[in-house]
Amino acid sequence: MSRTWFSTLKDLLGEDYVEPGTPLCAGCGAIIALRLFHKALGGRVVWVNAAGCITLLIVYPFTPLKSSWMYTAMASAPAGAQGIRDALDILIEKERIPVEEDLKVVVVTGDGAASDIGLQSTSGAIHRGLDFYYLCYDNEAFGNTGFQYSAATPYGSRTATSPPTPLIPEGYRGRKKDLFEIWRAHKPPYVATVSPSHPMDMIRKIEKAEKYKGPKLFISISPCPPGWIIETMDTVKLAKLAVETGIWPLKEAVYGEVHHTYIPRRLKPVEEYLKIQGRFKHLFYPVRRDDVIAKIQREIEEYWRIVYDKELGKEDSGLT
Amino acid sequence: MMRTKLISELKPRREITPSITGAKMMTGNVAAAWAARLAEVDYIPAYPITPQTEIVETLSQWIALGEMNAKLTFLDSEHSMLTAAGTSSLAGARVFTATSSQGLLYGFEMLYNIAGWRAPIVLVNVSRAVAAPITLEPDHNDFLSTRDTGFILLQTETCQEVLDLILLAYRVSEDHRVLLPSIVNLDGFHLSFTREPVKLPDVEEVRSFLARYNPPYPFRAGKPSAKGVAVLRPPLYSFYKYQMHLSSLNAIKVFKEACDDFEAYFARRYDVVEKYMVDDAEYVFVMMGSFTSIGKKAVKMMREEGLSVGLLKLRMVRPFPTQDIRRALEGKKAVAVIDQNISPGLGGTLFAEVSSTLYNVEKKPKVILPVIGAIGGKTLSVDEFRYIVELMMKYEQRGEPEPILLFREDELREVESLLKLGVGE
Repeated sequence: MSRTWFSTLKDLLGEDYVEPGTPLCAGCGAIIALRLFHKALGGRVVWVNAAGCITLLIVYPFTPLKSSWMYTAMASAPAGAQGIRDALDILIEKERIPVEEDLKVVVVTGDGAASDIGLQSTSGAIHRGLDFYYLCYDNEAFGNTGFQYSAATPYGSRTATSPPTPLIPEGYRGRKKDLFEIWRAHKPPYVATVSPSHPMDMIRKIEKAEKYKGPKLFISISPCPPGWIIETMDTVKLAKLAVETGIWPLKEAVYGEVHHTYIPRRLKPVEEYLKIQGRFKHLFYPVRRDDVIAKIQREIEEYWRIVYDKELGKEDSGLT
Repeated sequence: MMRTKLISELKPRREITPSITGAKMMTGNVAAAWAARLAEVDYIPAYPITPQTEIVETLSQWIALGEMNAKLTFLDSEHSMLTAAGTSSLAGARVFTATSSQGLLYGFEMLYNIAGWRAPIVLVNVSRAVAAPITLEPDHNDFLSTRDTGFILLQTETCQEVLDLILLAYRVSEDHRVLLPSIVNLDGFHLSFTREPVKLPDVEEVRSFLARYNPPYPFRAGKPSAKGVAVLRPPLYSFYKYQMHLSSLNAIKVFKEACDDFEAYFARRYDVVEKYMVDDAEYVFVMMGSFTSIGKKAVKMMREEGLSVGLLKLRMVRPFPTQDIRRALEGKKAVAVIDQNISPGLGGTLFAEVSSTLYNVEKKPKVILPVIGAIGGKTLSVDEFRYIVELMMKYEQRGEPEPILLFREDELREVESLLKLGVGE
């Protein structure tokens, strides 16, 4: 399989497999991740999709992709990937098609499909050791249906189904489901979180994952201008702030062994990330909700304290 | 399960199986597995459920022994199983899978998708009544729930028919004039676990009858394609659905052609319907499945007593063989449709379909009697067929027939005694 080695950001300017002019929203974070993913994997790819924003990437008779595409259903994209992988394997084994016609099978779904309705088929595919990639673009809600809360919605977010009211001033009261840990518990060869603000980190992870046969799973933070109520030009800025405030850790797990690929020397206050998003506006206006902001900050710090202890040693803690 | 015996040693009754030299005794499930093996399927996504499980067990064993060159993957559910069945077919594999009842309903969403993807898989459904109340016993509610999905629907009466109709299903489904998936249905227990003599066709002859699947646009690296994509212009959706409908209608002609060919190869004759003493009959039963064997026996006995009765068996349910049914039933005094399913608040599904088919026929039967019977494993007896004929004659004389819910005295007594235990009296 021909492949390019990406050593600097400039190398990413090469061939693009996603043509300009998609029907997605301006500033969509998911398409940035998908585009980078495609560069790293090359063109011999079949994307297997579950219902979500990205489904609208291809509306008959137009496709921006130079590769193949299979829309399945909300719950079963990994099973769709299994069918294609198995069919290609047996047809190659029976010498009915040449090896050159083989495809990399990549599931792409949102956090809604990934976090509960599709979890059964995902768990099954990982358990069977299916040789595939899974890219989950996490915009932290059911974006395509108008931003209702999903199992990936963070505490304190406004969504269409968790409006902040005098009775429920903080908005969404639940916690974000930890998809990384759910996947890691299956001990697949590779699991990682990525961010469109850190393209080289993402590319290196994909290149690393390519060495492993089996399930290779990536969760990308995916800022969503209409849902997060942010400026379309701020997508990458938000993704970067998510990493620097520590609310979106960049990490990987090889056969379950966790390693953080970017450890912020000093965490920026999460407030910087929250206050420029309309979905968290109710935490600042009309009344500042220090209790809610502090709770979010505390959880981030608790997370990183353990990471610093494990991966840096206590003396080099980035916590003040 | 694995013990087979040449039927010639068993001295069977000639009138039931007139030509059985060289046949082997096997269950309907094993016959279904043999059909998949003879069709040389490439891929079998699977999930266990009673009473279908013996099919995937048998195939697993053959593959593990190296007797069959196919890939079998156990999925995490029927929904996943059917998803994988559809996508693997779009990648160019010949695909076989099987399920029953709850499993079929659990994967139901994907049935519409597989048909819409024009993925010509063959799915064997081993009929089992649908919960609640949960049971293992058969009826046709699971099978008939799929009638609007776009699948070609075929129903079997014998274990031989199970094998033969699966081979025919691949011929029809994979024909580019049709390109729709098929469901071949066999009744749980009565066929799935009942051994009958089955003639196994020669693999070379099957290969010649059933050419290798030629997928129109399979997933290949050198030829990217997008499948299952959204159509957001309403006329496009209609266009594709009309295409599916017209392709389904093509399946009648394609099936009949394939049946001619099948007879030439294997000397067994099939059609979309089967007429048993129908042509000169005045009163006709319409039904399908394994219980038609009981119906035929009842017809034969009543004929000997001088009653002018016959039986029309539906083999193909989708596309609905409208013309064949009209030709068979026009001019009859009365018809009784025996449904082994129930649509609560309406009655039987086949009754509604047969009635609408006959409405525009000039010499339509005076009476079409709706009968619900043999659901959830309840059996049918010859006496019940006699009773139905009496009712056909009665309603032919006067007025509107009432829907009949069959329940025998002995069954009623059994239910009463169980109810007593259940409520603790």
